[in-house]
Amino acid sequence: MAKILVVAEQQAGQLKKATLAAVTLAKQIVAKVGGGFDLLAIGKGLNGVTDALQGYGAESILVADNGAFDNYLAQPYAAVIAEAVAKSGADFVIAPAGTFGKDVLPRVAAKLGAGMVAECVGLADGSALAYKRPMYAGNVIATVKVNTAKTVITARPAEFDAAEKGGGTSPVIALETAPVSGGARFVNYQLTESERPELADADIIVSGGRGLKDGDTFWKVMNPLADAFGAAIGATRAVVDSFPEVPNDMQVGQTGKVVAPKLYVAVALSGAIQHLAGMKNSKTIVAINKDGDAPIFQVADYGLVADAFKVIPELAAKVKAARS
Amino acid sequence: MKILVAFKRVIDPDARIKLKADKSAIDTGSVEYKANPFCENALEEAIKIASDHDAEVVIVTVGNDDTEQQVRAGLAMGAARAIRVDVDDAKLDSDLAARIIAAVARKESPDILFFGKQAIDGDNNQVGQLVAEYLGYPQACFASKVEIKDGEAIVTREVDGGLETIAVKLPAVITADLRLNTPRYAKLPDIMKARKKPIEELELGDLDISDTALKVEVVALEEPPKRKAGVKVDSVDALIAKLKTEARVL
Repeated sequence: MAKILVVAEQQAGQLKKATLAAVTLAKQIVAKVGGGFDLLAIGKGLNGVTDALQGYGAESILVADNGAFDNYLAQPYAAVIAEAVAKSGADFVIAPAGTFGKDVLPRVAAKLGAGMVAECVGLADGSALAYKRPMYAGNVIATVKVNTAKTVITARPAEFDAAEKGGGTSPVIALETAPVSGGARFVNYQLTESERPELADADIIVSGGRGLKDGDTFWKVMNPLADAFGAAIGATRAVVDSFPEVPNDMQVGQTGKVVAPKLYVAVALSGAIQHLAGMKNSKTIVAINKDGDAPIFQVADYGLVADAFKVIPELAAKVKAARS
Repeated sequence: MKILVAFKRVIDPDARIKLKADKSAIDTGSVEYKANPFCENALEEAIKIASDHDAEVVIVTVGNDDTEQQVRAGLAMGAARAIRVDVDDAKLDSDLAARIIAAVARKESPDILFFGKQAIDGDNNQVGQLVAEYLGYPQACFASKVEIKDGEAIVTREVDGGLETIAVKLPAVITADLRLNTPRYAKLPDIMKARKKPIEELELGDLDISDTALKVEVVALEEPPKRKAGVKVDSVDALIAKLKTEARVL
């Protein structure tokens, strides 16, 4: 019997959809070994988050709503999670593998003396619990087992369907905590302003590579294409590394975001293994590159060998026409 | 001031990774090894900070003596000395590596512990955070900018949705993201000098670590299912037609 604590990810009082992938992994563990799960939300002004967490079948929703948790910091958040584990008696802690979960859960694992499975992509077959996770930029899938009494897991959102509502109302329990201060203070947060969907949530992603020459040209080519598709924009590591105008949170790949949209359009990118690691589970992949031997064509469903500067305006116009 | 930089030897990030025929391990027959790229970012930043704040930069690595080439390369970049804790990579998980590095940190008492945000072999992204917790230090992970001022590190972090800046009191753990800097190439005289720089060797016993049981153990490896290459189309119109009728995304 598993007792699981799923740590919700929220920002400014909005639940992040990636949380529902972590719930799905919790349900998969429960389906295998029995038990149930609780949800935990940490922050300030969490009524909306608490409402959004209703209906997924949690035994309870633990809420640490406190002005001291307004901005995320690792030490106070890790302390709250450890406290929630003590209160709920959880032997599993799961969070989505975004920068929040990756930052805080190792500290929780250290507090609990638990082994941590990073970026879990699914459970292994068989009756005993074992976890699949990618290594070497996804070129190898390892099955790992955890030898400690407690287990901490980050779940890769792109690999789990979002949990669906279907449970009743879960009781909400306020977690009264004395906030731990730690040695860090929040200074500021610069949100990447964008009207577009977030990479993690987007059904369609258009992604550009270094073939787009420089930052200005990148935007000039990719913006109309993203507009036409209603897509999020991604980029390769080479682009965010060498074009200062392209922010790093757009990076798709081993060291950036891992995505699996319905359609991924790769423009002027060669398809380095580090990039493929972040997008090769997309449902349909389109590659446009003037080098017909580029590795991206080995994973693309549809390849167009062409100069992006010539064909992207045409593609954008025709996609726009097709969608209107 | 003293800065400790964790430095890991990994299989060349651009190598084609294959499993041995019996799938027991990665086929390392023809691969080359390099320093983990994020560790190089960490070391570069440590060296920059050291030149502005008169600090000693010390490399710490955990591995067998095959790591010497990468450690010497790090010394050539500008670290003063190195410490190698002799444990075979196959006998480590993130937690044991973290407990070892935390033990070295207790001996060395650095003001800053720098890590790469992840090693590109295991892709675990947890050792820096674990060390921070074991030492009770604050952490600033995924750093793209670091400034040291008045006993604090002011760190800009690459997070989902944007950039976050936090200030951490020293001593602290900082993990490097790729945009932090561009690691320097060592010059020939520095490479020569690095040959004479000391690499101290420690055993687990020297660090009073007796619990070497792995918390997370790899029990099987497999190659992911290969994606089949599709078709090439010869025009935008043909592509639009495929997206409409086959993929049904338009």
